[in-house]
Formats: sequence, structure tokens, C-alpha cells
Amino acid sequence: MIGNKIRHDTTWNHRDDRYGCKRTRNRGGDSVHGCKVVVIRVNLQSPNTSRLRSRTLNPNQNMAKFSIATVFIASISLLLALTRSFSVENPTDRRILVLLDDLALKSSHSIFFTSLQARGFELDFKLSDDPKIALQRYGQHLYDGLVLFSPTTERFGGSLDVAAILDFVDSGKDLIVAADASASDLIRNIAAECGVDFDEDPSAVVIDHGSYAVSGTEGDHTLIAADDFIQSDVLLGSTKIEAPVLFKGIGHSVNPANSLVLKVLSASPSAYSANPKSKLSSPPSLSGSSISLVSVVQARNNARVVFSGSLDLFSNKFFKSPVQKAGSSNKYAKSGNEQFVTELSKWVFHERGHLKAVNVRHHRVGETDEPAIYRINDDLQYSVEIYEWSGSSWEPYVANDVQVQFYMMSPYVLKTMSTNKKGLYHASFKVPDVYGVFQFKVEYQRLGYTSLSLAKQIPVRPFRHNEYERFIPTAFPYYGASFSTMAGFLIFSFIYLYSK
Amino acid sequence: MAVPVDNLTKPTPASSTLRFAFGNVLAFFILLLIGVLAFSIRLFSVIKYESVIHEFDPYFNYRVTQFLTKNGIYDFWNWFDDRTWYPLGRVIGGTVYPGLTLTAGTIWKVLQSLNIPLSVETVCVFTAPVFSAFAAWATYLLTKEVKGTGAGLTAAVLLAMVPSYISRSVAGSYDNEAVAIFALIFTFYLYIKTLNTGSLFYATLNSIAYFYMVCSWGGYTFIINLIPMHVLLCIVTGRYSSRLYIAYAPLVVLGTLLAALVPVVGFNAVMTSEHFASFLVFIVIHVVALAYYIKGILSPKMFKVAATLVVSVGVVVCCAVVAVLVAVVASSPTKGWSGRSLSLLDPTYASKYIPIIASVSEHQPPTWPSYFMDLNVLAFLVPAGIIACFAPLSDASSFVILYLVMSVYFSGVMVRLMLVLAPAACIMSGIALSEAFDVFTRSIKFYISNLSEFLQTDAGDTLPGNNVSPQNEVLKNEKKEDTLKERPSRKNKKKEKENIEKPYVKSKTEKRPLVLPVEASFFALFLTVLLGGFYVVHSVWAAAEAYSAPSIVLTSHSHDGLHVFDDFREAYAWLSHNTEVDDKVASWWDYGYQTTAMANRTVIVDNNTWNNTHIATVGTAMSSPEKAGWEIFNSLDVKYVLVVFGGLVGYPSDDINKFLWMVRIGGGVFPHIKEPDYLRDGQYRIDSQATPTMLNSLMYKLSYFRFVETDGGKGYDRVRRTEIGKKYFKLTHFEEVFTTHHWMVRIYKLKPQKNRIRGKTKKSKSKTSPTTPRSGTVKKNPWH
Repeated sequence: MIGNKIRHDTTWNHRDDRYGCKRTRNRGGDSVHGCKVVVIRVNLQSPNTSRLRSRTLNPNQNMAKFSIATVFIASISLLLALTRSFSVENPTDRRILVLLDDLALKSSHSIFFTSLQARGFELDFKLSDDPKIALQRYGQHLYDGLVLFSPTTERFGGSLDVAAILDFVDSGKDLIVAADASASDLIRNIAAECGVDFDEDPSAVVIDHGSYAVSGTEGDHTLIAADDFIQSDVLLGSTKIEAPVLFKGIGHSVNPANSLVLKVLSASPSAYSANPKSKLSSPPSLSGSSISLVSVVQARNNARVVFSGSLDLFSNKFFKSPVQKAGSSNKYAKSGNEQFVTELSKWVFHERGHLKAVNVRHHRVGETDEPAIYRINDDLQYSVEIYEWSGSSWEPYVANDVQVQFYMMSPYVLKTMSTNKKGLYHASFKVPDVYGVFQFKVEYQRLGYTSLSLAKQIPVRPFRHNEYERFIPTAFPYYGASFSTMAGFLIFSFIYLYSK
Repeated sequence: MAVPVDNLTKPTPASSTLRFAFGNVLAFFILLLIGVLAFSIRLFSVIKYESVIHEFDPYFNYRVTQFLTKNGIYDFWNWFDDRTWYPLGRVIGGTVYPGLTLTAGTIWKVLQSLNIPLSVETVCVFTAPVFSAFAAWATYLLTKEVKGTGAGLTAAVLLAMVPSYISRSVAGSYDNEAVAIFALIFTFYLYIKTLNTGSLFYATLNSIAYFYMVCSWGGYTFIINLIPMHVLLCIVTGRYSSRLYIAYAPLVVLGTLLAALVPVVGFNAVMTSEHFASFLVFIVIHVVALAYYIKGILSPKMFKVAATLVVSVGVVVCCAVVAVLVAVVASSPTKGWSGRSLSLLDPTYASKYIPIIASVSEHQPPTWPSYFMDLNVLAFLVPAGIIACFAPLSDASSFVILYLVMSVYFSGVMVRLMLVLAPAACIMSGIALSEAFDVFTRSIKFYISNLSEFLQTDAGDTLPGNNVSPQNEVLKNEKKEDTLKERPSRKNKKKEKENIEKPYVKSKTEKRPLVLPVEASFFALFLTVLLGGFYVVHSVWAAAEAYSAPSIVLTSHSHDGLHVFDDFREAYAWLSHNTEVDDKVASWWDYGYQTTAMANRTVIVDNNTWNNTHIATVGTAMSSPEKAGWEIFNSLDVKYVLVVFGGLVGYPSDDINKFLWMVRIGGGVFPHIKEPDYLRDGQYRIDSQATPTMLNSLMYKLSYFRFVETDGGKGYDRVRRTEIGKKYFKLTHFEEVFTTHHWMVRIYKLKPQKNRIRGKTKKSKSKTSPTTPRSGTVKKNPWH
């Protein structure tokens, strides 16, 4: 029986979740989301006390000549700065490091950067080989997001390398990576570690003779007008992107089994990836709509990463240029790039699609206090509040598909919770007639949203000795039998002893 | 000590009341000393180690007792423990024999109310020695009922230090058996007492003692089968009497009612076949009683007619009842017998069908040396005792013989039941020794009185003190003789037996007691004392060396002195200090009780092996490859995995040696675990000949991870005495978080699921791997 349950659970593990955020953890650092009552499985690589302690100690050792007071004040202020910069209640990133190949990119992609700055981000531009680049100092991350607009860089300056960037992602920070036709192994490695495989042929770019962007000169059809977007309001905003997105760069593929990666912008079925300058001798390794042009990754700790095969996608030139897809009569004055990139950047920097669950409560029907243990066949109520971050405030999250499980190796109760449209979800049900250590589980994974994974352990006990029925009607013949025997024995004794 | 005993049994007509009084006082003090002896011989473990709870089960009992003292009896009764058998939990109140816990809890309460502030642990540690003193006194009472005070005192001395009982009742061995043996002997005493007196008062007491036994130990079924057997024996041998009826009928009625009150027994008291024998005999004794009654009323001729009528009807009825019983029993899947009981009747049953029972070492049949280890000279004295019991055969002595025979059989099935044999052996040996002393001292006394008559001296009156002094001289003389003679032991023992046999044969035929030649008496007396001396020496050695180790602290003597291995407590302390309160720790079930009691962490399985499937799940996880094991453990919310590894220091009872049971128990439920996959040439091997399945199993990996670093690349396992097969490997799904000083306990943490899922593997760049070991391992095994 248990074996079945386990097998069941294992298959559940392997379930291919289309939405790509299966079993993901809450974003690192958001551990307080569930309030004190919720056990959220978090990736504890975010600031913790020991790191803070080492932070305050290290300056003391290094700068012994300074007076202790100065150091103390400095470290306190640093700590304050850190606390301010990483607020649990505000999941949107604040400080972003932009690494560029060439400082000219700063002006050629200025629309993108200004739009970020206008939304309140602090951008820190650095050349990718700047020897002073550091993502963290004294165990603390200096940035909340990283934009890699340096496709050709073979080696970062400073202490930055692939491992540091992956560590950055694993600690819950966000990343935008733009590759290009000349993408270096470094960029390809980062992508591969996240489940995005750029075409291994270094000279290959995406060519599409079917849906290229019509331009003045008949080019080699490497400038593509792509309009195969992912259908998700969370990722790309509620306004539909009308105009196709201009793309010029390399394609990549993602493993369909990888549930964490999503293709946001796919190539058309007529696209293929090859070197446009040489003749095609063998079938291209990537072709058709399996080519992804832009993909996003939401890691299990809810860190978000965007991979784009084209750096030009973000450029002012593409933002402004008019676009006409080959074979289509619709001519748009402005490409969809700006809208696409802006919306995607909102998602990646957690301005959208970030959920939190708070105030998990459960109690018996008719009571308000949370019991430490339930009894079998108790009626209980479970409630949780779910909010979504709108970029500036927490708004109630409204959905009709949030389910709660009463789980012991397998869900004994699985119930869709009803909502009051103000963020409160609640369900009431009867505890099953099985004792054991159960869990209230809410596993909520939806495309584009951060995953909610709440688990609260609660034991369920059997009846106490005095909670059973005292007199069972079906047993009355037995009661009668025993009492009549007793009476009979008494009478018999009297007669036997005193009859003479 | 037994010498003055004989004086008591031989009161001379002159001043007999004074001598009785003197004898009683002496017996009282001897009993007191026996109690002190029984208590103090069990303190070696405290002196040599410390005052700790021993082994595995006692930790559970200790934890339960703590709960009882903290929360009271009602909460204990209704205790649902959510920290074991996660996530199933365990209803402790309904699945535990509460006798021991209630006893220790009561002792603690009483001491508290007397303002003696002992900790619960101290009370638990010393419960077993205290009750072994009680058991010695109960043995005295029982043997006294059978063969008189002298035999009683001898048996009590023997029981106070019988190694078999010491092994289960040293200070700290806080297990059910500690109080159950006392309850067992005391119940038998009350049964014999009732049988001898025919008093309903003792019969009621007997039921209450039986109730205490039911509370204490599952071994109560031994009582409820042995007593009916004895009753049947008495009936068959024509020894039926009203005393027998009074001894038996109230016990069955009251005892069954009381037994049904114990939650763990409940309806089992009337529904399982272990109890059927008692009911059957209950019917039989009533039929017999009726027959005797009718026989008294009717004339012999009429009775004959009635008897034939009743017998013919009775046979038919009996056949019908037996048929119904057989049908009922056969309809239940295990034939109405629980697995442990079935393994008693058919010793091969458990190893054939229930690996979880066979895997426990104390459920194995004992080897011959264990009889000599646990009983020592008693093994030789028992036959003599049986012979003594036959002369003359009484109800009581036939009971003791039956008890002995049955317990010998059961001890041959299961080494644990040696414990039940020990009191029987002590009683028999006590009777034998006492009878022997009786004969020898009588001969000597006869010789002395003859001598005094012959000398015609003035010292005519024999004061009680006189008897002691010549024997002291005798002992001195014997010591001299000892140096002269090497004893031909076998022959002497045989002679002794014969000697014991003789007096009673003669005492029946002629009233004059047997008198041996004085030289032979002296010599035999000396040899008997020597025999007792050997027994004492052996028992003290067993108590001090063999049975006092608490098994959570180990010591070893080597050329550079004493080594103490305190790894278990180190590991449990680490767990309790470094893990979250609600974290789940998985280990093989042996360590479940200790983990909950000492580390206070939730465990998946523990020593109460009530759910075979759950244990098989853990066994399967341990036998599976790393990834599959991780998935099983993760599905059970396990955070930490604890393995016991003895390869570094040569601790033989580690998890690799228990691994075959994990495979067998796991494979019994989950057929994808196949034992032959782990075997090479029919053996579990971990050296270079080991099978790939073995080398890839989680248990192998967790045991030998980084082991090769300890001895510079050899990886020599000191338990298996071989180099391990796979030396260099990495763990992908587990990380080592703690390994104790001697590597005896290793604790691993389940790695969380990967934050990202990698794409296709690329040629790894040298710059990526060195800084993060994580990405290094990822490359080898991209997993979902």
C-alpha cells in the first residue's frame, strides 16, 4: 500500500509540468512570506545572520588601524543599507549591474536603459573586463539583478566568472543575458547551466526565408520578424503585442523535459540555424519552431533569467525601426521590440507575477484558535491569503484554482479553495478517518508566477479512551446478559447459603 | 551460605520453637543479603561506565516514562506519538506494555512525595536491579513452596546472580523483562501457593499477579499456556482436587478479564490462539469436576453407566468443538497465531516468512556455548534437581518440572527466552544443591553424634552453633585435601547425582535417612562448595565484563590502553543541537528509539517493528542507487540520513553487516530489489568482487564515502577485513554533514533539488568547476 503511494509520489515528481515552475521554492529571502505559521521551503542562500556577523567582523580585522567606533558605525550603516536594499516586502529588484562589451552599447541601447531607470532601477554600467567587477562583497550581494550585454566577452574582469554568476542566480537574483552571432563560450556556458543550449556552431545564425523582416535591401534573411509569442499575460503583459519583434542573432533550443525553461519567443516553422555565408552541406542542427529566440528561466528559488539570442533585440535601432513581415501586408510603424522587452524586463525583475502567501490559518469549525493536534473526523477550516506584487504594492491575487491538500504520503483531501476576491482563500473539510502526521499543502504553480509551496505539518490523533460512545445500542443484549448473570448469581448464592 | 540453611530444615525435638525462630530470623537476614547481592551485582555497569540507559528498547521505555511522569497516566494512555514512524505516527498508549513504565513512574512519584529528588533517568536505571532482588525473593517463595526453606534460599541465591538474568537486568537495562521475570516467578509462586493451600485469597492474588505480568511483557502467554498444561497434567495423572480447581478457575476468569483491560492486549485475550489452551482446559476441568461430583453422589455401578453415557456424548461434542475451533483458526490468514508465537512452535517459520523477526539477533536459536555462558554450572545441576523433584512428586514439584521442560524447549527456539529458562534452572539447581547439602551434613552430623556417643564425653547436648564449627574445620581439611587431589570432575558429578537420588529412594522404603560415609560426605561437600564457587566466580565475571556494557558507549582494550567509543551519543547530540526540531531523520530501525529519545528528532522507523512496509521502504531506499534512494527519502520528508559504520574501528554490528536484512526486508515488499543482485557467489561482498548493484547502493556509498582518505588510499575495512571495492566516488544527492570521531555514525543531509536544470552537457571549462564543487557534481549526473 505504501509502495503504491511512493510510486505514485515518484511519478508525481516526474510529472512534466508545462508551466515550468514545478516544485519551485519561494524566492530566496522571502522566507518571512508565510508569516510565522508557514513552513516555506526556501533556499537559504540569502542573507542570514552568520553572514552578517562575518560582515561586521571582517572590517574590524582588515582595518585595524581605524578606530573601532568608526568601523562600527560604518558597518552599521552598511548593514542598514543592505537591509534597505533587500526588503522582503518589496520583491522588485533595485540595483542592477549592466556589463557591456563596449561602452557604445550604453548609447545604442539607451531606450531600454532609460526605461529601466525610469521605473526606479539603479543601473551600474561597467565594462565586462573591468577588473573591479564584483557581485558580492563580504558575503553580501551588491546587486539584485545583472544584465549581460557582453556577448563576445571571453573572460570577465575581477572576480566574476560563470560560477559566480550561477551562484548569483542560485541566491535568488535575476539575470538578463543577451547573446549574439559572436557569442563567447562564457555566455554559452552560462546558458547551458540554466538549461538553454545555444547552437553549438559558432558561426550559425537564425535564418528564416519565410518570415524575415522586409527591408530595403534583399539581405540574407537573418533579420527575422518573429511573432510567435508565449501566451501569457504574466510574462508579456496584458496588452497584446501587435507588431512582430525584430530579431537578429543566434538561436537556441531548450529541453522540453526541462520544466523550468520557457520559450517566450519562438522562431517560425521555416527558420533554421546555419552559417549564412557558407553553403548548407548538412541539415541544420536546429530548425523550425523548436528554435527558441528568447527564453526565460524561472529557477526553483524563483530567480528569473532571460536569454536572448540577439543583443540587437534591445537596441534603439530595432526599437524604432518599422517592421513588415515577409508575406504579410501589415506594415507597422514601430516594431514590437520595445513593448516586448519592456514587458519581459518587468517580469524578470519581479515587477509582475510575484506571489506571496501569508496568514496561513487553520482551526476547527466553530473555534478560532489553531490547535496543535487534530482528532480524526474533526471538521476544520483552512485559510490562506495570497497577494501578487504589482510593482509597487501587494494586490489581492484572484484565481479559482488554488487547491489545498491534506497530505500524508498522498493527498487524503484535495480541495479547491474558494476566495473572497480580496486575497483570502479558504476551504473547510473533514479530517479523514486516519491518524498520522498530515500536512496542509498548497502547491501553486502557474505559468509565469512564482511558485507557492506551503507545507504545514499537523498531527491527527485517534479518539481518546473517553471519546468513544459509552453505550452502544447493538451491545445491549450483552449488557443485559452480564447484569442478569450477576443478579442470578447473587440470588443463587443467597438461596444456596441461607435456604437450610 | 547454604550450610546454615540445612540447620533450619533439621530441627531437633529439643528447643524446636527457639530453633524455628532463630532459623526464621536467619532466613530473613539471608534473604536480605540475597537482595543486596542481587542489587549490587548489577551495578557494575554504573561503576564501570556511568548511570545511563542501555541499548535500544530501554531508551523508548525511558522516553515513555518521562512522558508519563510529565503528563500523567491519562495522557500516557492516549498518547499519540507523532515523532516516530513518520508520517504514520504511533499510538503509544495502545501498543505498549505499560507495566514497566507504570512501575518506574510510580516509584518516581513515591520518591518525589517522600522528598527524594531522584531524576526519572536514575529511577529507570535502577528499576531492573531492584526488581531482580524482588525476583530472587519470589524465587525463594516459589521454591519454598516446592521443597522447603533450604531449597528456597539456595535457589534465591542462584537466581540473584544467574548470568542469563543479569544480562537483562543490569543497572540501565530498563526493559520489560526487568520487571516481567519477577512477575512471572511471583505468579507461579501464587499459583503453587493456591495449589498447596486451596485458598481463594491466594487465587485472587494470583490473578492480580498475572495481570501485572500481562501489563509487563508479551511473555505472559507463557504463563497462560504453562498453567493449563500443568492442570491438564494433574488431571491426567489423577491428581485432580478442589485445590487444583481453585487454583485454576479463578485465574482463567479473573485473569482473562484483567488481561483484556490492558490496551495492548484487549480482545486478543479471548481471540488469539495463544489463549485457547487455557479456555479448553477450563472446560476440561469443569467436566472433570462434574465427573468427580457425580461419582461422589452415585453408586459405583451407576457411575459406570453414567460415565459411558457421558463419555460417548462428550467425545461427540468434543469432536464438534475441536472441528469448529480448527475451522475458526484455519480461516484466519496466520492461522490465528502471531508471527512471533509461530516462530516458537516452528523455529524455521520466521526465517522463512518474516525476515523482520529473523533479523533480530535475540530471535535466533541459541548456540550451545550460550547455555554454559548463561547458566554455567546450573546446566549440570538441573538434572539432579529434576530427580529430586520426583522424590516425592507433588503437585508443586510436577509444576516446576513442567516449567523447566517447557522453558528448555523455548530457550532452544529463541535465545531471548533463555531468560525464562533461567529461573527454572535456578529453582532446580537450588533444589539439587539443597538436597545434596542435606544429605552430606546429615551424614556428618550422624558421624559426629556417633562419635560423641562413642567417646561418652560430657558434651551431650548439641547446640546449634556446634554444627557450624565442625564444618569450618571440615572446610579447612578439605582445602588441604584439595592440594593433594586433582578432581575427576565428571565422575564426581555423576556420583553426586546418584547420591542425591539415593536418600529419597530409601526414605520411602525405610524411615531412616540415608547416611553416607563421612569421608565421602566431606569430600562431596567440598566439591559442591567448589562448584558453587565456580558459579559465583563466573557470575561475577559475567556481570562485570560480559553484560555490563551499555552498548551506546563502547570500550576496547588495546596495547596502548583503554579506548572509549562514545560516537553514538556524539552523533545524537549533534543532531539535537544542529537540526531543526521537526526535521526527520532516517536510519535503519535499530537506531529509531535512540534517535527519538536522545536526539529528540522524528524518525521514520524504529525498534517497534509494527509496520513491515514502512521498514521495507527504508530498506529499499538504502538498497537503491543514490537517486532512487533520494527520491524515496524525499517523499518521506527526510532531511537527514544516519548510517552506522564500523569499518574504521572494527565495530561489527554496523549497517553494512545489517545490509542483507535491508535488502531482504525491502525486497519482500518491493520486488524490484532482488537479493541475488547484491550477492557474489552467495555472499555479500564489498571488496573488488562486489556486484555493481552493491557498489552503487546508497548504503555502500553512505558508509564508504571518503573512507579511502582515512588510510591513505587503501580503504581497508576492519570489520570485513578487506579493501573496499569502490574507493573514489562522489555523492550527488547527499552531502555529508557530520561524521563522529571514530566514524561510527555518519550523518548525511539530503541535498535540495537543483535550483536550475542544466542543458546538454558541454565540455566543461576548467574555470567553471574549481570554485563551485556543486557545478562539478552536477556535470556528472544531470538529474531532474
